[in-house]
Amino acid sequence: MNKEFTPRITSFLCKWCSYTGADLAGTSRLQYSTSIIPLQVMCSSRVDPVFLLKAYLSGSDGVLMGGCHPGDCHYETGNYHTRRRFALVKEVFDSLGLESARLKLSWISASEGPKFARVANEYTEEIRKLGENPTRKSIFL
Amino acid sequence: MNTTDNLRKTIKTLISEKKVDLFLGWEKGSLPLSATPLFVTTGEQAERAIFDVTCGNNLSIYFTKDKKQYANKKVGIAVKGCDARSVVLNILEKQIKREDVVIVGVPCNGVLDKKKVLAATEGREVLELVDNGDTVTVKGKGFELSLNRQEILSSSCLACIYPDAQEYDFFMGEARGEVPNEERVKEIIDFQNLPDSDRWEQTRAEYQKCIRCYACRNVCPSCYCNVCFVDQNDPKWIGSTCEYTDSVIFHVIRNLHVAGRCVECGACERACPMDINLLMMNRKVAMEVKDRFGDVAGLDINGKPAMSDFKEDEKQKFIMG
Ligand code: SF4
Ligand code: SF4
Ligand code: SF4
Ligand code: FES
Repeated sequence: MNKEFTPRITSFLCKWCSYTGADLAGTSRLQYSTSIIPLQVMCSSRVDPVFLLKAYLSGSDGVLMGGCHPGDCHYETGNYHTRRRFALVKEVFDSLGLESARLKLSWISASEGPKFARVANEYTEEIRKLGENPTRKSIFL
Repeated sequence: MNTTDNLRKTIKTLISEKKVDLFLGWEKGSLPLSATPLFVTTGEQAERAIFDVTCGNNLSIYFTKDKKQYANKKVGIAVKGCDARSVVLNILEKQIKREDVVIVGVPCNGVLDKKKVLAATEGREVLELVDNGDTVTVKGKGFELSLNRQEILSSSCLACIYPDAQEYDFFMGEARGEVPNEERVKEIIDFQNLPDSDRWEQTRAEYQKCIRCYACRNVCPSCYCNVCFVDQNDPKWIGSTCEYTDSVIFHVIRNLHVAGRCVECGACERACPMDINLLMMNRKVAMEVKDRFGDVAGLDINGKPAMSDFKEDEKQKFIMG
């Protein structure tokens, strides 16, 4: 595997928790992986499956979704719906022979700056092991 | 009394007693292989109603796709098992009110897939079709064939476990309830046993055939978004080409959008001019929804569609701690 490989991880983070968590990681001067490309969404449940698939097929090596912990969603139940939907997206990826390991969901609260940094780093490491997204070579958009 | 006579009589009574303003049924089509939707407002029109192997249309699409037309009206509708689930789903998704519809179930033995009939006649045009129950006779110029019903049924019907309406006001015959069906899982299990790369190749090859006419979406009772994601252009999620990456996005996403909402009526597959296997993945997702969330789309009028429901303590192994 190419040593310099820097994965690109498209990250959909909800405004109220995970994005704020990422901010906290930044303002606390915690080092976290530069592979993370954060995108703010109002709630994790705003993420339609098409966001995930589009990110994946456009060549993201990994896709990360961040939401509030169950019970803490700013819109009360959004993340419970996210959880169901995400389970199915993963299942469909698996059954079509796409790499579902390139999709991750994590609950990160606004006060969990260190957790955000850890998840970012661990996930980047996982993706580094998986290597480049193979669809980059076979699919063009 | 056979189903058709029974149906006509029921429609007439509903209309004359003013229980409904309009009744949605089927009539003989201008082409012998497909019945046409029938809109009944008078007793005479009721005489044209039929129910046989050609009545494939899932009429519930009118409730959602032609919404204004049906607002504030009492509407009667003839339904097969799958259609009834669509109606229930429409009710659960608050598209129509239960008290505004009169559901008339018909005993269904499956509807035909035109493509299968044409394969049996080797492409020769069918000019007449007679539904005899176990067999179906098709006639054309210089030929007459008696086809085994099972051979020409839509793949959705071969895998059907709820052939009769579970929710209805009137039933034209005897409702059978749930029918066990082994056929349902076979294709899926065989597919799942293939190695990853084969599955992806097969999916790609299948979806590559798609010409993106969107007939499948247009006939689907569960696809009624005001602006479908394929039609959005800012942001543009998906290109409009027949190139397979576009088609894969369309199919995978439509599949996920109807997750827990697809009633497996097979209307999409029958409408597809390219003979694409659309139902296998729908069925796969439906099985997953049932296993994980214990829900079958449109079966329980007191339930909640799986994807608008949740339990607090659900499995979440896949979540990064
Ligand atoms: S996806 Fe196909 S089988 Fe499912 S409800 Fe829509 S038309 Fe029917
Ligand atoms: S494919 Fe999705 S966006 Fe399009 S009509 Fe169906 S459910 Fe709506
Ligand atoms: S009906 Fe068939 S060809 Fe047309 S868009 Fe759907 S899958 Fe593609
Ligand atoms: S607002 Fe954070 S998950 Fe809904």
